[in-house]
Amino acid sequence: MTETKVNSEKLIGAQIFLECLRKEGVDKIFGYPGGVILSIYEALYSCDFIKHYLVRHEQAAVHAAEGYARATGKVGVALVTSGPGATNTVTGIANAYYDGYPIVVFTGQVGSNQIGNDAFQEADIIGITRSCCKHNYLVKDVKELPRVIKEAFHIASTGKPGPVVVDMPKDVLCAKSSFEYPETIKLPGYNPNYNGHPKQISKALELLCEAERPLILAGGGIVASAAMNELKLLSEKLNVPVTNTLMAKGVFPEDNDFSLGMLGMHGNFWANHAISSCDVLFAIGTRFNDRITGCLKRFAKDAQIIHVDIDPCSINKNVKVDIPIIGDAKNVMTAMLEEFDSNNYEIHFDVKQSWREQIGEWKKKRPVFEHPSEKLSAITVIKKVYEYAKNSDPIICTEVGQHQMWAAQLMKFNKPRKFITSGGLGTMGFGFPAAIGAAVGTDNGLVINIAGDGSIQMNIQELATCVQYNLPVINIIINNGYLGMVRQWQEKLFNKHYSQTKISGPDFVKVAQAYGARGYRVTKEEEIIPVLQEAIECREPVFIDCVVEECEMVYPWVLAGDPLNKVILSNE
Amino acid sequence: MRKNHVISVLVKDEAGIVSRLSGLFSGRGYNIESITAAQTSEKGYARITIETSGGDADVIEQITKQLNRLIPVLKVVDLRDVESIERELILCKVIAKDEDRSEILRIAEIFGAKIIDVTPRTYTLQAVGDERQIRSLIELLRPIGIRELVRSGKVGITRANQFSSTKTVE
Repeated sequence: MTETKVNSEKLIGAQIFLECLRKEGVDKIFGYPGGVILSIYEALYSCDFIKHYLVRHEQAAVHAAEGYARATGKVGVALVTSGPGATNTVTGIANAYYDGYPIVVFTGQVGSNQIGNDAFQEADIIGITRSCCKHNYLVKDVKELPRVIKEAFHIASTGKPGPVVVDMPKDVLCAKSSFEYPETIKLPGYNPNYNGHPKQISKALELLCEAERPLILAGGGIVASAAMNELKLLSEKLNVPVTNTLMAKGVFPEDNDFSLGMLGMHGNFWANHAISSCDVLFAIGTRFNDRITGCLKRFAKDAQIIHVDIDPCSINKNVKVDIPIIGDAKNVMTAMLEEFDSNNYEIHFDVKQSWREQIGEWKKKRPVFEHPSEKLSAITVIKKVYEYAKNSDPIICTEVGQHQMWAAQLMKFNKPRKFITSGGLGTMGFGFPAAIGAAVGTDNGLVINIAGDGSIQMNIQELATCVQYNLPVINIIINNGYLGMVRQWQEKLFNKHYSQTKISGPDFVKVAQAYGARGYRVTKEEEIIPVLQEAIECREPVFIDCVVEECEMVYPWVLAGDPLNKVILSNE
Repeated sequence: MRKNHVISVLVKDEAGIVSRLSGLFSGRGYNIESITAAQTSEKGYARITIETSGGDADVIEQITKQLNRLIPVLKVVDLRDVESIERELILCKVIAKDEDRSEILRIAEIFGAKIIDVTPRTYTLQAVGDERQIRSLIELLRPIGIRELVRSGKVGITRANQFSSTKTVE
């Protein structure tokens, strides 16, 4: 610490705010100005250490901050004004909360003396966001601002990461104070437990070694704790195959023999069968969301379940577990590996061999690729995009719906933070702004957003942001003229009553051009690669409107509430 | 009948803290039978006592975990899990007809209740007791005619020394 700790010169709250961000190492933020935070924008005007990205809707600022956080592992920051600016952030905050990514959302608030008086652009954002963020603060005194901001970044990025909201009244931002950034944090009510209980760890290890049909279920917690190496070692040493959740794509190389890929509602046939038949399930960093468990009663019904999670609330919430371990994925697995190496645990490779063979049998069962008409198939588009782009190490973002599931099924990753998708909340309109955040976070690396024609229209205005900062985000719009996933449910479960799911859209090529971006239309298979090649090479924001077959369905498919091994593989 | 759980929560005394806790209950579908909140002996800390009903062991486990997850929550104790004493205070305005007055006084005496206000038509009783005592008292007063009943909600304290001060958590 060579910097002088106390700056005798007094600063106003808005300047203190920026100094705090600097102390936290923040150099890029996403935001939208407004009345009560004008003092911050005044301070930003002459600020050379923070680059502000002006979005076109506050929801997008928060999604972009989350996309930035997901791509970089750093805390994403969004800055918005009071009232509608603040309420527009709610979806973004909830999204980051469900998927557990660290962001800090700064909202302006009306002056302290006006709070509660229904002032212009007043909203009780603290009350509104209480149930969808990890923590929130209303700053009442400029002297508290540095402490609150330090705590906010700490809470957002530690334990199970998540969003923190800091609400800053106008007068606090204008009040003067000397700036001193606290060096320590005192939060007696917040002590995430990083190290698993040694006894539980031994028990878990023993169980896994003795198992005949063991399986590892890898969740998003492994991304947060960067435990990919430990996971791989554990899988290899104990001879245990690995299946992953949507949030954990890439934590275990999907081309590895031990990988079963994604499980769940639209997961692999073999992964769902393996989890239904395993005798020991080692689950790490997952909440056991209903989209991966199917019918709870039948989920891993023969298995003893070991569950590692840093959030005690995740344990025994949905699935009853036999060995709970509260701790950080990396620490727990490291402890297991150390214990395994230092004691003579025996692995009966021959016992597990028949399990491997069984999984091999299941792996032969794949959904039949039915090409229903002459029109372009969405599956073909996504396959081709993946095959062409995979060697350029792209970040793939998605919106929510059929295209999201196809992307998750067809695109394989061998490292995390490369597949950015809204899992828990299932937010249409997430992918495009998240892709913007990812592009900003990776200094304009290759970012491709796989979108639907429904989803893209939920935050289509962000194309202006892309153009303004020349962010080369490529949007592949899987355009089938329907809200495809809902349509799929209606086809199967509601007698083909396509109620309100046929959705029209604009001419996406013209929209792109109107915004000053590039637009392409693809209607034939052979056009995909040349267009994509041009899109990647031009280094500009791009819309590629892929007009595809309407009726394609996502398979495998486990109907909501069905057990995981009741997999539908085709229209039959 | 499943007994209610009384959960004692030590929190940092800050604006909105009751709302943070009660919002958690409503948002996750847990029942609140009663809730009381007040400062503790140490400045800056408050104790919130929540009585919850209808939850099996799994629900109670989730409730305690979810409460613990809140940042300003320092300590959560399910008083059912430990040796503890629970009390509730009630104020009860009873219709006092001439022929009932001596009966009211007798009931008050048995339950150690005080008459804290008298009007030509009513007696107001103040009583403190555990759940069973309070229930019996109300059952006895009901046929006489309760005009108004105000209950404090339960408060509780552990008998052992395990949950005495904020110092243990810092």
